[in-house]
Amino acid sequence: MQQAVIPKLILMMLPMAIIFLAFFLVPMAQLAVVGASGEQGLAAYASIINTPRHLQSMIATVMLSAVVTLAALVVATIAGLFLVRNEFPGRQTLIALLTFPLAFPGVVIGFLVILIGGRQGLVGDISKALTGDKLVFAYSMVGLFVGYLYFSIPRVILTIMAAAEKLDPALEEAARSLGAPTWRVVYDIILPALKPGLIASGAICFATSMGAFGTAFTLATKIDVLPMTIYTEFTLNANIAGAATLSIVLGVVTWLALFIARSLSGSTVAASG
Amino acid sequence: MNSNTSVQVINCGKTFEDGTQALQPINLEIKGGETLVLLGPSGCGKTTLLRIIAGLETLDAGGQVLFNGEDVSHLPVEKRNIGMVFQSYALFPNMTVRDNIGYGLKVRRQSLADRQTRIQEMLAMMHIENLAERQISQLSGGQRQRVALARAIAVRPKVLLLDEPLTALDALLRERLRVEIDTLLRSLGITAIYVTHDQSEAMALADRIVVMSNGRIAQQGTPREIYQQPSNSFVADFIGTANKINGRMTDQGFEVEGVVLPKSILNVVGGNSTSANPIQTQAIFRPEDTEIVSQDQAHFNGQVASTFFMGDRTRLLVDGISESPIIVETTFKQEISIGTEISIRIKDQGLMLLPDELIEDLPKEIVEKTEQ
Repeated sequence: MQQAVIPKLILMMLPMAIIFLAFFLVPMAQLAVVGASGEQGLAAYASIINTPRHLQSMIATVMLSAVVTLAALVVATIAGLFLVRNEFPGRQTLIALLTFPLAFPGVVIGFLVILIGGRQGLVGDISKALTGDKLVFAYSMVGLFVGYLYFSIPRVILTIMAAAEKLDPALEEAARSLGAPTWRVVYDIILPALKPGLIASGAICFATSMGAFGTAFTLATKIDVLPMTIYTEFTLNANIAGAATLSIVLGVVTWLALFIARSLSGSTVAASG
Repeated sequence: MNSNTSVQVINCGKTFEDGTQALQPINLEIKGGETLVLLGPSGCGKTTLLRIIAGLETLDAGGQVLFNGEDVSHLPVEKRNIGMVFQSYALFPNMTVRDNIGYGLKVRRQSLADRQTRIQEMLAMMHIENLAERQISQLSGGQRQRVALARAIAVRPKVLLLDEPLTALDALLRERLRVEIDTLLRSLGITAIYVTHDQSEAMALADRIVVMSNGRIAQQGTPREIYQQPSNSFVADFIGTANKINGRMTDQGFEVEGVVLPKSILNVVGGNSTSANPIQTQAIFRPEDTEIVSQDQAHFNGQVASTFFMGDRTRLLVDGISESPIIVETTFKQEISIGTEISIRIKDQGLMLLPDELIEDLPKEIVEKTEQ
C-alpha cells in the first residue's frame, strides 16, 4: 500500500510542480540574483532600512494594509452575521451586490474613488454646498483606504458568511442560558468560532492590499506605497536591482504575514476540530 | 440549591411567523422539585414549550410563565436563572471541560476560588475529574453529555431544562446515563423539565408525564396512570403498544362481531360506569395483557402471521381477529410457527375503554406511532 502511494503522489503533483518551478521558483531566483547584482551587491537588500524613502514606503504600506484589513473584518463580520441570521426580501440580490467589487480591476476601483472623493467628486460637491469647503480625499491615503476597503469587503464577507452558517445556534443559546449578556456571547462564543475564517480572510485581505497596484497607480500622485515605489524605481530611475530587492522584500513581508496568520488559524482549527 | 421553584405555564401558545401554530394555548403546573417529562412525537410542540419556559422563544399574547408565582414572561433567557441541556450538547469548542463548566460562574463574576471549588464539585459529581483539562473534541458522546449536565447544574439554576439530552447516544449509553440523570435529579431535588420522544425514557425518569400531540396536551399523569389508564387512543398507542378492536358496549359487556367480552376483563378509565355506552365503538388492549389459552377459554381465535423472538418473550402478529393484525406477547419457550391457529384470551382488567376520544381531532400521521 505504502509504496503504491508515492508514484501516484508524484504523478498528481507533477503539473503543480512544473508550474511552480517555471513560473515561480525560476523567476524568483532570478529576481533575487538581479537584486544582488547592482553596485551595492547584497547590501542592496538593506536599502529598505537604509533608504528613508523606501522605509517610509514600507511602513506606510504595512500600516495601510493593516488598517484596511481591520476595517474590512469589522464591517464584513457585522454585515455577514446579519445576512446569515436574517431572511428578508432582496437578501440574495444584496449579497450579489456586495460581492460585485470582485469583478472590478484596481484601475476601475481607483476611478470610482475619484468619482466620489476626487476634485470633481460627489463628496466635494456636497461639502462645498454645505460648508463652502471642497472636501477632496481621493488622492491621499484616505482615498487609497476607501478603495482598498471597497475591494476587500467582498473577500472577507463571503468567508465570514460561510463560517457563520456553520455556527451551531445552540452554542449561543447555551451561553445565554448560563447568563451571558449579548456582548459576552459575541466575545466568548461567536468570535472564537469565526476566528479561523477571520484569520484566513484577513490574511488574504492583507496580502492583496500589500500588493495592490492598479488602484494606487490611478490615485497616487502623493502617495508612496511599496508597489508604487517599485514601479518608480524600475521605470523612472531604471534602478532594476533596487526594484528587484524591493520586490523580494515585499514578497517576504507579505508571505511572513500570511504564514503567521496560517499558523495561528491552524492551531485554532486543531483545537476546535 | 433552589430546590423548590415551581413553574406555572398559563395560557401559553406559540404561533410562528409563517402562521403555523406550534402550540395551542396550554396550561401546566410543575411543582417545586418535580421531574416533569414532556413526551410526544416530533412536531408535537414539546420542544417549543420547553423553549418558551426557557425564554428562548417568545410566546403569543396572553400567555404567561411564572417561576414561584413571579412572572418571568418578559425576562430574556439570560435573566431567568435556568440550566439548559441540549440534544447537541452545545459545549463551547474553544474551551476546556473545566472552562465549560465554569462558564456560567465566570459570567456571574464569582471569585476564582469559588469557581474552582464549584467546578471541582461538579467534576466529582459527574465522575469526570480526569477530563477537566480536555478539549471538547477529545470527548466521547457520553462524556460530552456529562459535561453539559455539569455546566447546567454548576450555576445552581432554579429550573433545569433538558431537551432530548440522550437522543444522540447509542442504546447502551442511553440506558446508563438515564439512570445517572435519574439519580442526579432525585439527589438534587431540583425542578426539572425533560423533553423526549422516547417513552421508556419518560417512564423511567418522570414523576409526571405530559403527553403532547399536535400542539396540545393529550394527557398528563404519573407514568403508571398514563400507561394503565390512557385517556385516548393516541396516548394508548404512543405509550407502549396497543391493539384496537371495534365493537360496542352492551349491558353484558363489550361486543365484538357477535362475541361478548365479559365485564370482568374491562378496565374503564376515567369513569366509574361500565354500563352501556352506545357511543363507545373502540376498545384497546396491550400485548402483555393477552394469554394463549385452550380454545374453550378463548375470546378470539386467529392465525399467527409473523413471530418476533425478543429473548425474554416472543411477539406474535395474529390475523383473523381485527382488520389489522393483533399483537400478542407470550413467554412460551417453544417456537411457534407461522400459520398456527391459536386461541387468545384478554386478561382480567386488560381491555380498556377510553373515556376521552380526541382521536378524531388528530391527523393521521401523528396518530401513527413514531419510532421507538
